[in-house]
Amino acid sequence: MSTATTAIKAKTGASSPSRRRGNAWRQIKRSWQLYVFLALPVAWLLVFMYYPMYGAQIAFRDFLPGRTILGSEWVGLTHFIRFFNSPMFERLLSNTIGLSVYSLLVGFPIPILIALSLNQLRTGIFKRSVQMISYAPYFISTVVMVGLILQFLDLRRGPINLLLQWLGIDTVHFMGIADMFPDIYVWSGVWQNSGFNTVIYLAALSTIDPALHEAALVDGANRLQRIWHIDVPGIMPITLTLLILNMGQLLNVGFEKAFLLQNPLNLKTSEVISTYVYKVGLVGGVANFSYAAAIGLFNSVLGLLLLLAANQISKKFSETSLF
Amino acid sequence: MASTIRAMTATEIRIRESRVDRIFNLVNYTILTVFLIVVLYPLIYVVSASFSDGSAVISGRVVLWPVDFSLLAYEKIFQYESIWTGYANSLFYAVVGTSVNIVLTLFAAYSLSRQDMYGRKIIMGFFVFTMFFNGGLIPTYLLVKDLGMLNTRAAMIIPQALSVWNLIIAIAYFRSAIPGELLEAARLDGCNDFQYFFRILMPLSTPIIAVLTLFYAINHWNQFFTALIYLSDKALFPLQLILRDILIQSQVDMNMMEDLQSMAAKEAMRELLKYALIVVASVPVLIIYPFVQKYFVRGIMLGAVKG
Repeated sequence: MSTATTAIKAKTGASSPSRRRGNAWRQIKRSWQLYVFLALPVAWLLVFMYYPMYGAQIAFRDFLPGRTILGSEWVGLTHFIRFFNSPMFERLLSNTIGLSVYSLLVGFPIPILIALSLNQLRTGIFKRSVQMISYAPYFISTVVMVGLILQFLDLRRGPINLLLQWLGIDTVHFMGIADMFPDIYVWSGVWQNSGFNTVIYLAALSTIDPALHEAALVDGANRLQRIWHIDVPGIMPITLTLLILNMGQLLNVGFEKAFLLQNPLNLKTSEVISTYVYKVGLVGGVANFSYAAAIGLFNSVLGLLLLLAANQISKKFSETSLF
Repeated sequence: MASTIRAMTATEIRIRESRVDRIFNLVNYTILTVFLIVVLYPLIYVVSASFSDGSAVISGRVVLWPVDFSLLAYEKIFQYESIWTGYANSLFYAVVGTSVNIVLTLFAAYSLSRQDMYGRKIIMGFFVFTMFFNGGLIPTYLLVKDLGMLNTRAAMIIPQALSVWNLIIAIAYFRSAIPGELLEAARLDGCNDFQYFFRILMPLSTPIIAVLTLFYAINHWNQFFTALIYLSDKALFPLQLILRDILIQSQVDMNMMEDLQSMAAKEAMRELLKYALIVVASVPVLIIYPFVQKYFVRGIMLGAVKG
């Protein structure tokens, strides 16, 4: 160990930056086994996460199967401009953002309200049943979830339309009305995820000092007042953190659910960026890799900017930020 | 003294349980009960429908409990070959994929949880960055294609070998649950970093391995998109792809319907099959779920610590 340090010292002189470098080297040498552990994960990260970022440059080239990335002609922003000028651009952007904002407006507050409400219950069989049952739908796969939605909303045999029939009301072709797609998408998501999303808030609520509640009780505060003045401020930091993360996801409407719910009748409202990238790039006779990659890259960059903006805003108005 | 104070607060709580509070409690229980019913009813309906007679289901006679109890749908599913191939494939992807996930996650988490490792923050930054930005679908697809993994089982496992979110949870666990003195003591006894990992850290890591196994395994089991883009050979299809054909595209193997005469009977059977299939596909996850629920909650909480 010491010979290594002296060797470096001899080579670079004893000025302070090189001394720091010497320390670093010594530290690395001492814990080389830790880097052995990291080798495989880092190799995977470079290949499967960072190489595709390098490969994303095909968005600026005319890439064709059989050619190498660098061997494809550089076309600059052509694909991006084509996308911005295409009639799909506005539709995709408004569908994608519309679905996310709607999901966020409905799906974000509901778990908070349920968590606050559950937190008021004494631990007992009712509380445990609500938790256990409401978490369950979260574990259903997207395919099964969409299968469920289609079964329930079926025009002729779905229970909802059977009920409408029984009540003497006209049946509704839910999946055939494009304007109903956002409602179906968002509220089925609420059904599936609200229960499970309470977990994190319940965890935060359990860390609130009970002495605060006792003191408030002595001062004569009722339950609502205690929720508002103790519980809500208590979960504020985690709420803001989750809100920032959600803002960063505004453009990432999950592929699976939107894709599986799509049919020719609702495509007008159900086509989102991720499903369109898949169709342009991987389906159909002409493999339009570069154009699809450009749309994907536009999506990723805009998503990152949104996250950074949300983080900045949160930093300014509260003390919560991701980085 | 302290006990008298506590006794006083207890009586005071009872006294101050005001009118507002009583109304609040009533409203609170009502809301949660409605929520419970809304979540539970569709689940009960599906199970009941799957055990009913087909004609009862499509005519809307099933309301809560099975009508004209029948196991016919399950018998059909039992003979449905592609469902069982899919089941076996999904099981393979879940078991092998999760094992790979666990090894890589624990290796990386161990190194990155060590404060004394030079360059830890920068390397961590490289991992976390991929949560917020990625190359996108097409470049990833082209990479998998160039590696010759298209239409192989490897495509279902290797591109998803690590999840940064789970890595963060594992790091949080090593930091919060394993005391730092343990490392120092082991060092004094001449233990190196390899030995520390395998002999000391791993035996203490059962809870985090349980959490990671569950997160990863459920993810593999429910995986649909990866299979959709990378696989074209039916023999490799996981259950979710088979389910999609039947549940969403209503493509039911007609051999299953041979013995049924009328169109109506075929239609009823097709609907019945779907309900039963939803149950069969969710059973593995829902059976282990109650046992592992507390681990999931723990995992989420660990993730929340780091944000």
